[in-house]
Amino acid sequence: MIPHLWNDLEGTFFPESALDYMPEDRLREVQLQRLKAVTALAYDRVPLFRERMTAKGAKPADVRRLEDVRRLPFMVKNDLRDTYPYGLFAVPMSEVVRLHASSGTTGKPIVVGYTAQDMDVWKQAIMRSLYSAGFRRADVVQNMYGYGLFTGGLGLHGGLEGIGATVIPISGGNSERQIMVMKDFGVTAVCSTPSYFIHLIEVAQKMGLDFKRDLKVRRGVFGAEPWTDHMRQYIEAASGIKAYDIYGLSEIIGPGVGNECEYQDGPHIFEDHFLVEIVDPATLEPVPDGQEGELVITTLSKQAMPVIRYRTRDITAIDIRPCRCGRTIRRIRRISRRSDDMFIIRGVNVFPTQIETALLKTEASLPHYQIVLTRKSGLDQMEVRVEVTGDMLRDSVGEMEQLQKRFARSIEQITGLHTTVTLVQPGSIPRSAGKAKRLLDTRNEA
Amino acid sequence: MKIRQLSVFLENLPGSLSGLCRILAEAGVNLSTLMLSEAGEFGLLRIITPDVEKAKQMVEHAGYAATISEVVALQVPDRPGGLASVLAALESQGISVEYMYAFAMRTGGDAIMIFRFADMDRAVVVLQKAGIGVFTAVDLFKT
Repeated sequence: MIPHLWNDLEGTFFPESALDYMPEDRLREVQLQRLKAVTALAYDRVPLFRERMTAKGAKPADVRRLEDVRRLPFMVKNDLRDTYPYGLFAVPMSEVVRLHASSGTTGKPIVVGYTAQDMDVWKQAIMRSLYSAGFRRADVVQNMYGYGLFTGGLGLHGGLEGIGATVIPISGGNSERQIMVMKDFGVTAVCSTPSYFIHLIEVAQKMGLDFKRDLKVRRGVFGAEPWTDHMRQYIEAASGIKAYDIYGLSEIIGPGVGNECEYQDGPHIFEDHFLVEIVDPATLEPVPDGQEGELVITTLSKQAMPVIRYRTRDITAIDIRPCRCGRTIRRIRRISRRSDDMFIIRGVNVFPTQIETALLKTEASLPHYQIVLTRKSGLDQMEVRVEVTGDMLRDSVGEMEQLQKRFARSIEQITGLHTTVTLVQPGSIPRSAGKAKRLLDTRNEA
Repeated sequence: MKIRQLSVFLENLPGSLSGLCRILAEAGVNLSTLMLSEAGEFGLLRIITPDVEKAKQMVEHAGYAATISEVVALQVPDRPGGLASVLAALESQGISVEYMYAFAMRTGGDAIMIFRFADMDRAVVVLQKAGIGVFTAVDLFKT
């Protein structure tokens, strides 16, 4: 029934992962059963969902086949804000055992709740994630996701304990201490945002440590922000670890919606718990499998806060090619951009990750950068500020000017836009331990 | 015969040079001479100091990007045509000067100048053949 559980260092059988290999017809059957149940639950208990169903003239009984999910109304992030804090909960508070919330940088935070059973589902999804990334009970894992209201830290923590690994609940920040712990505690695996880990690689270099020689870290799961294949190549080459993409979002459950297997070719979605669709973000019509669009997710197992047809804003495609690992749960293409992050300048759509790719093509390692959009006499200007590192620095003003030009040319080749590249001193671009702030748009100020 | 020089990247902002000097002063790094080349919004500060490794560590720790490169310190006769005679020796061998600047102290009646050439190794040979005084680090910092 289970083709193989790869790279099983201890030969232990991992029963939860068996669900990754369910025969496909059985998987679709499970999905349909659960979709019916969750639709009925939300219809009974969540006024917003029932109102929208009524407005569409739809009833839970209309869901007869999986495709009928398209008859259900969409949800967006604002629905969570408008019903703040508990308006989308489908169970009384006595059933809720955990709350998490987003940072709320763009207004009120969003709040999500979990029943005891939801906590179980989440933990198992993360255990399956970690297992597919090769984490085992012998690993000593430094969990650098923020602990607290953010789903990342405590979410990964539960899964790590679940697989029996040794967890170091260090949370984010204090980079030199992170490196010290990594070294002294003999850490073999890490959980982090990719941008923070790239920062740590630099910190280790500054401390005079060779990541490959002086540290025992061999693998990591990285998520909570879009990242590119170039960033992966950089992380793997600079630190000698294997970097796996973990996918998830708080509105759905947190990390653990999907995870990459040993072939690192896009996260497998735990489809028995999460139903995925891809729609055209403009028309909201489904796109054929394999074609790119906005990812829409329905939670199939969650009780406290069932989320139906949630528009993630993440741009991806469902990969219908069977994976060499033998898992039957399908993959999505790695998310390297979000429709939210996109900005439009002089009529051209640009994603920050395109700038990243351009910088990496020029320098082979990713410098810290920031895109600054301004408006001068009615005309939009794009400036890319790049921090100079010791590796980049040459003792020649001419060569530094050449570097500036190469960056600008590379950005122009990828985006088609002329840009000013400014070289700045290290550390002058603001950063936070968690997500990188890549875009500063001042076009609509004063 | 070559001297190690520290080059630091500086943004052309008020206070960036004085901030760097303060860091070096607090670390007790003695600056023998320095030169700032600027290109629009950034500049390179080149520093000659007896303790170049320590200076690099200090400025990097303070968050500056820095790199070490090689230059030569030449004895230039302090008379009309003194510099021209040094340059002529190099020119005849097709060695070009990338930049040069004056060392703050002098030896006897002569000036000391710091040079960066496109081909450093060949430059040293040519200079010695021409009988131009090339300082070692030890001699330079004794002056």
